[in-house]
Amino acid sequence: MSDYIIEMENITKEFPGVLANDHVTLQLRRGEVHALLGENGAGKSTLMSILFGLYQPDSGVIRKNGQVVQIHNPNDANDLQIGMVHQHFKLVEVFTVLENIFLGVEPVRLGVLKYQEARQRVLELSQKYGLSVEPDARIEDITVGMQQRVEILKMLYRDNEILIFDEPTAVLTPQEIRELMAIIRGLRDEGKSILFISHKLNEIMEVSDRCTVLRKGQCMGTVDIKDTTVEDLSRMMVGRPIQFKVEKGDLKPGAMVLEVENLVVPSKLHKNNAVKGVTFQVRAGEIVCLAGIEGNGQSELVYALTGIEKITSGSVRLQGHEITRASIRQRSQLGISHIPEDRHKYGLILDYNLADNLVLQRYWEPAFQHNGFIRQEQVRSYADTLISQYDIRAGQGSQTIARSMSGGNQQKAIIAREIDKNPELLVAIQPTRGLDVGAIEYIHAQLVAQRDAGKAVLLVSLELDEVMNVSDRILVLYEGEIVGEFAPRDTTVEQLGLYMAGARRSQQAGVSENQEKSGTARKGQHS
Amino acid sequence: MMARIRKLIQKPGFDSLVASIAAIGIGLVFGLILLIVFNPGKSLYGFGQILFAGVSSTGKFSKVLYQAAPLIMTGLAVGFAFKTGLFNIGATGQYMLGTFFALYTGIVWQFPWWAALLAAMVGGAIWGAMPGLFKAFFNVNEVITSIMFNWIGLFAVNVLLANIPRVLADFYGASNPDRTANMAAANPAAIIPKWGLDQIFGSSYINISFFIAVIVAVIAYFVLNRTIFGYELKACGYNRNASIYAGINARRNIVLSMIIAGSFAGLGGGIYYLSGTAQYTIEKILPAMGFNGIPVALLATSNPLGIIFSALFVSYIQVGGEAMQPEYAKEIIDIIISVIIYLSAFSLLLKGVIRKQLKKLVRVEAITSSKGEVEP
Ligand SMILES: Nc1ncnc2c1ncn2[C@@H]1O[C@H](COP(=O)(O)OP(=O)(O)OP(=O)(O)O)[C@@H](O)[C@H]1O
Ligand SMILES: [Mg+2]
Repeated sequence: MSDYIIEMENITKEFPGVLANDHVTLQLRRGEVHALLGENGAGKSTLMSILFGLYQPDSGVIRKNGQVVQIHNPNDANDLQIGMVHQHFKLVEVFTVLENIFLGVEPVRLGVLKYQEARQRVLELSQKYGLSVEPDARIEDITVGMQQRVEILKMLYRDNEILIFDEPTAVLTPQEIRELMAIIRGLRDEGKSILFISHKLNEIMEVSDRCTVLRKGQCMGTVDIKDTTVEDLSRMMVGRPIQFKVEKGDLKPGAMVLEVENLVVPSKLHKNNAVKGVTFQVRAGEIVCLAGIEGNGQSELVYALTGIEKITSGSVRLQGHEITRASIRQRSQLGISHIPEDRHKYGLILDYNLADNLVLQRYWEPAFQHNGFIRQEQVRSYADTLISQYDIRAGQGSQTIARSMSGGNQQKAIIAREIDKNPELLVAIQPTRGLDVGAIEYIHAQLVAQRDAGKAVLLVSLELDEVMNVSDRILVLYEGEIVGEFAPRDTTVEQLGLYMAGARRSQQAGVSENQEKSGTARKGQHS
Repeated sequence: MMARIRKLIQKPGFDSLVASIAAIGIGLVFGLILLIVFNPGKSLYGFGQILFAGVSSTGKFSKVLYQAAPLIMTGLAVGFAFKTGLFNIGATGQYMLGTFFALYTGIVWQFPWWAALLAAMVGGAIWGAMPGLFKAFFNVNEVITSIMFNWIGLFAVNVLLANIPRVLADFYGASNPDRTANMAAANPAAIIPKWGLDQIFGSSYINISFFIAVIVAVIAYFVLNRTIFGYELKACGYNRNASIYAGINARRNIVLSMIIAGSFAGLGGGIYYLSGTAQYTIEKILPAMGFNGIPVALLATSNPLGIIFSALFVSYIQVGGEAMQPEYAKEIIDIIISVIIYLSAFSLLLKGVIRKQLKKLVRVEAITSSKGEVEP
């Protein structure tokens, strides 16, 4: 039998305006974890989609165990025991977790769904691999992190042998990532062969055996992980060394920009409130970071601030204006920009082209419309400016349909739109999710530039490295409450982890409610 | 040359056009098969009628335009809503209400034609607003509501008309009590003007309604594609969450979209029954004009400008069908015509296949032409 369980040879795939894969060869050994690395738009997802039968290659062959195979659709892939967790999940929003997991392979007896049996099996798998899910919750009601776990369970449920993970860790917490790494290793030890895409080099170093690097659709080579370093990999990928540390000027907090008082936001998932009386402020010229494990109220808090979700009580002020009851549009006009967590659900209109998406938050401004008519030329040239300024890569420029862009480039488009609005307050949830190291470097620099330009930045991140690196002040959110406040240089990742897990809770959190408008007390902590 | 063709093929919309034409071809082939099945001896004659009757005389051509006008309007009612993410299956009910408003204001209030047409739009708009409101505020699927409103509309209009003696034909001395008055007797000013077209075409069917419909289609196209209102409407249709995130009032837009769609269908009803040649018959069946808006819109992939042509096609086929009359029974003609129309619309599902074939074609040509360049 051949050494390789899967061989993709000379795969070429062209999309309008881009050669997504240009004679790429990838060989997956039986029982190895094989990483796929490359910049945003390098063609990783395309290559994996070809293996999973979603796209047909223009040329090239795929072999399984040395035999040439034709994979016309995901059913063929499933028959070949190939499973995939997509970068953007493919779940049925209105179905429950359970229904999604066995969708298409429903266990039936005489045409009747053996529901209990299926449920039992899912619960066992979820227990065995520590993938906690709420089996009866609807997909649209659960967090992105849990949706991810549903996707993984889906593959495990189908007993797939070849597992493709397209950026599985982008939404997980450090704790969850560690768990996933253990799961992946466990799966490999069980003899499964794994393809693993990630932009996080340390993860690749940690979990994989070999790594293939793509750059602009071309294969840059395959290396053994034990003979390589993070620096080597990033150079291979980008073609230049990467700056991992963020350069920041001195902290000069200015006027109060955002004041949140006793904010209570209901939860869609359960009867309790998602945000339970949170009070905090963000000043001009500082980056405040809300750290916490996913599902502790971050999303709801941000939706409340940006007006997408209704609040139960409390108040929100922006530069002294009461905006508690303001509409989304009013808040946006008053200077709030929002980089949303779920770029497909909120951030983009996937069937619009890039230009139309880039003006989504300001198409009504006189610059882009005249008497209700869209000024096409202006929209186009504005889009072109952003595309070149933010290095958004899209096959047909401003006319590319957003759906066809790579995940990282979609994210760059949103970031460009929100930052270019020149907001007073930039609210960003997981802004670097799914970006390559080069792009992350760039986004961090942009966030810092906003801060240095005297803007307020509220950053929600699950990644402690990012939290420690970028923020001026860290608030830890646990079960809808702020349980601790730190300056990054006075704390450690370990300490933050304890607070995030709810193991510890500082008194300051209680104190901060009484300090509300007293900026002096707050300043004292920084000096 | 090759490059030009290649460019044309890659143009967005080109594959839609090719797919529509291919779909029509498939529909026609099935029509021919049915003709052979029902009456082999006359099948070629029948097929000839379908293909050419519409242009066989100016009178027939007038009829094509005459029926195309309301079809454009119901097609727009479906297509416009569809572009904004709503499946307006209620064009029939909206068409009914438009008919009622046009007849009532035209006859009872003696409105001139243009005012009665505006009233027809109002009637359709009210009926379109209903499913819109239910969808926006109670999240009730618009398909269900609009089907119900089709039937409510039909019976409400029938009851109303039957109980207003002045609008009925027998009030003016005609012998049939189940239909509405001949406009020439009830209010000549409510008849849509012909501007001398009847002289040119030698047919009483022709009037300016086709041009009205075309103008409305062009306006709909511009609203959808060139205005921020259209941008917002489509945004809500494609992704309601993202449009909310962008500060767009999604509820308002759903209602507005249905109001506009309804007014289109309503205008269709007005156009048809103010022609002076049509009289509404009180029957318990839904008029086909409303439902035919669905294949018209599908065939044009909901593009308002395309709807003009797909409505012309559907009307053309219908006129051709009528011309087969003595050789084929009316019911059989109805079946054949419906098969052609609906198969045409549904074979559009082949669009993906056609796109792939086109791409292959381009690639093969690109390879062969680049080889050509290499050789001296
Ligand atoms: N369906 C499509 N139609 C047109 N172009 C596409 C399509 N899918 C991908 N592309 C283009 O192909 C290129 C490769 O995209 P792909 O999604 O494979 O990148 P990626 O390496 O997965 O990037 P990322 O890290 O950002 O997810 C991009 O330029 C993208 O715009
Ligand atoms: Mg990708």
